[in-house]
Amino acid sequence: MSTTPAARPSATPGNTLPREHYLNATYGIRSWLLTTDHKRIALLYLVSVTFFFFIGGAFATMIRIHLLTPNGYLVTAETYNKLFTMHGVAMIFFFLIPSIPAVLGNFLIPLMIGAKDLAFPKINLLSWYIYLVGGSFVLYSFSTGGLDTGWTFYTPLSSVYSNSAVTPAVIGVFINGFSSILTGLNFIVTIHTMRAPGMTWFRLPLFVWAHYATSIIFILGTPVIAITLLLAGLERMLHLGFFNPALGGDPILFQHLFWFYSHPAVYIMILPAMGVISEIIPTFARKPIFGYTFIAGSSIAIAVIGFFVWAHHMFLTGESAYAALTFSLLSYLVAIPSAVKVFNWTSTLYKGSISWDTPMLYALGFIGLFLVGGLTGLFLACLGLDIHIHDTYFVVAHFHYIMVGGAVMGYVGGLHFWWPKITGRLYPEFLARIAAVTLFIGFNLTFFPQFILGYLGMPRRYHSYPPEFQVFNVMSTAGASILALGYLLPMVYLIWSMRYGTVAGRNPWPATGLEWQTDSPPLTENFDVTPEVTWEAYDFVNRPDLGLDVKGAPSLAPAHGDD
Amino acid sequence: MHRTGELFGQFETMEQQRESASLGMWVFLSTEVLFFGGMFMTYTLNRSTYPDVFGEASRSINLTLGAVNTIVLIASSLTMAMSVWASQVGKKQLLTIFLILTLILGSVFLGIKGIEYHEKFVEHHVPGLNFSFEPGASVATNAHAQLFFSLYFAMTGLHALHMIIGAGLLIWLIGQSLKGRFTPEYSTPVDLIGLYWHFVDIVWIFLFPLLYLIDRH
Repeated sequence: MSTTPAARPSATPGNTLPREHYLNATYGIRSWLLTTDHKRIALLYLVSVTFFFFIGGAFATMIRIHLLTPNGYLVTAETYNKLFTMHGVAMIFFFLIPSIPAVLGNFLIPLMIGAKDLAFPKINLLSWYIYLVGGSFVLYSFSTGGLDTGWTFYTPLSSVYSNSAVTPAVIGVFINGFSSILTGLNFIVTIHTMRAPGMTWFRLPLFVWAHYATSIIFILGTPVIAITLLLAGLERMLHLGFFNPALGGDPILFQHLFWFYSHPAVYIMILPAMGVISEIIPTFARKPIFGYTFIAGSSIAIAVIGFFVWAHHMFLTGESAYAALTFSLLSYLVAIPSAVKVFNWTSTLYKGSISWDTPMLYALGFIGLFLVGGLTGLFLACLGLDIHIHDTYFVVAHFHYIMVGGAVMGYVGGLHFWWPKITGRLYPEFLARIAAVTLFIGFNLTFFPQFILGYLGMPRRYHSYPPEFQVFNVMSTAGASILALGYLLPMVYLIWSMRYGTVAGRNPWPATGLEWQTDSPPLTENFDVTPEVTWEAYDFVNRPDLGLDVKGAPSLAPAHGDD
Repeated sequence: MHRTGELFGQFETMEQQRESASLGMWVFLSTEVLFFGGMFMTYTLNRSTYPDVFGEASRSINLTLGAVNTIVLIASSLTMAMSVWASQVGKKQLLTIFLILTLILGSVFLGIKGIEYHEKFVEHHVPGLNFSFEPGASVATNAHAQLFFSLYFAMTGLHALHMIIGAGLLIWLIGQSLKGRFTPEYSTPVDLIGLYWHFVDIVWIFLFPLLYLIDRH
């Protein structure tokens, strides 16, 4: 299975857990709920986002069961509207957006740059509590009848006509926004001021670059949705008219403001996943990443261009032809930095010494699925074609390829990759590979038929459909059940491995990042002494400490000189 | 409670701690710009859609009080800037005096704003509470005027909320200053809250012409 000269994780017996680490430094519920340790806060987030993932997943399951038959016998039309709304709200605002940044980013950024913690540890804890408060409002909405506006909260449906628990959900999402803002603020400041000696900007792991770009979106995009939802909420509660045409307001303005955040929010979900992939690929190809500066720069480019494409969600709202043309063109431009990343990952694999460990399976799956998701995004950015496939299952399939095939694959892959660092123990490799393959198959079976359904004209958000579409819907539902299994399996064995997994040691893969230089699990202070970085990013050659046989390999030029 | 002026555990040097705190405030303020930005966008769009009704409605708010408030707020920015200077040169007594002056001016602003709100309440110009723009106005005019006042209250209300938070921060600063915590080596909280205070003032500098001055001949 492995062709690399390095010892495999299973072949490194004799590792023992460090005597003291962040998990056993203090005990008791208070030591967790009042912790300011970024690693513990990451675990608090891990538990909470997993909770919301399963809530959102339960709604998805009901949707897919309902759509097994053309007329759908499981729920009423009204309930169906609520199901897809709550699926979207839970998954987007409370799982996808915080998942990689707040769990992996929180845990890893200080470790990767050689810092003791984030710049503002108390604000970090505060952001978790804000997330909980926002989440509670949303759960209150879900449990008192739910809401049926779609996750987009379009006015005046959400502000005037909907007879469901919209207000608490809007308040919840509003509050949750501040959690994102504070996380982004913390990351930006930390990356600027907390880097260890020698950790220059162009020696930063690409994971950190990706999170820097994500944080820019957090701090510049999130406040806009916050204020927009505040106005929509006020409109609903006090019967004002900001976005209500009956009172002179403009519903299209709501859509502009909403997508000004919510399109960049897609990049909040995908950029951190791209960061994860950029770490996994060089590790398991045993080769420095190709085009470091281009990958780093493309993250920033995606974040910046991403702010200027929002109205491609609104081609059919009657916006002017010139606006539509401009937004279409700008949307195409995002494909360039995205493709830069894919090409660079592929080039990294070229002549690499590839091993098929679980994180690598997720990374390769990511590249394929992201490619499909990204290219179908171009279909949707195309003005003429979008008229045909707008609001169909084609769109649903497209964004699930990006968000589930991309972001979630990156998240689960990253969890596996850093699991030994987080817990000090390895997950069972064989089961993990089975789960990765199951996820890949289940995912494609669920969502690929939806491309066809959409192209044939099945609209999204309908609780029933013409009988000729049933075969694809049955395939999709069958895929969803495989997908569900693929999610439950890691859940079980990861928890199992926390107690019974093989002890990992500091650097089981081995990988080049600073986070692998310290104990697994790390000390509360992360490092015994502040590390000093004397090597370039992803340099396997000048690293005798990794124990690799690299005699005769060419030495690595500084990152900014190699492309 | 962490004593002011100490090095927090996650930092290596005081310099690093100062830099982080300052950058953190700037990043926060950039978030704030976009936070207010959504409302400015909503206002500007509606103003250009309904120029006549918005003009008429804006003429009904009290220009004199608004202008006085603008002067009060600019004066408070001056005293805040003086506080920052006083803390940097180590004039501890002067620092406390300027902080108290800033707090007083901020409170005067909020008081005058309260009087303005009261006027609007009496005139039935508060949206959602028996709103009626003027006797005999058409339904459309009424709705569009209500739009203006909704935005007026939302924007000035959000601004006032920022002022109240700023006043709370000033009270804390005054307490710390009375204990003599700030020295030329350590004045970060004064600097940062100063930045925040100036930002809130600048928001008003945009709000005042947008809400009070356009179309007033």
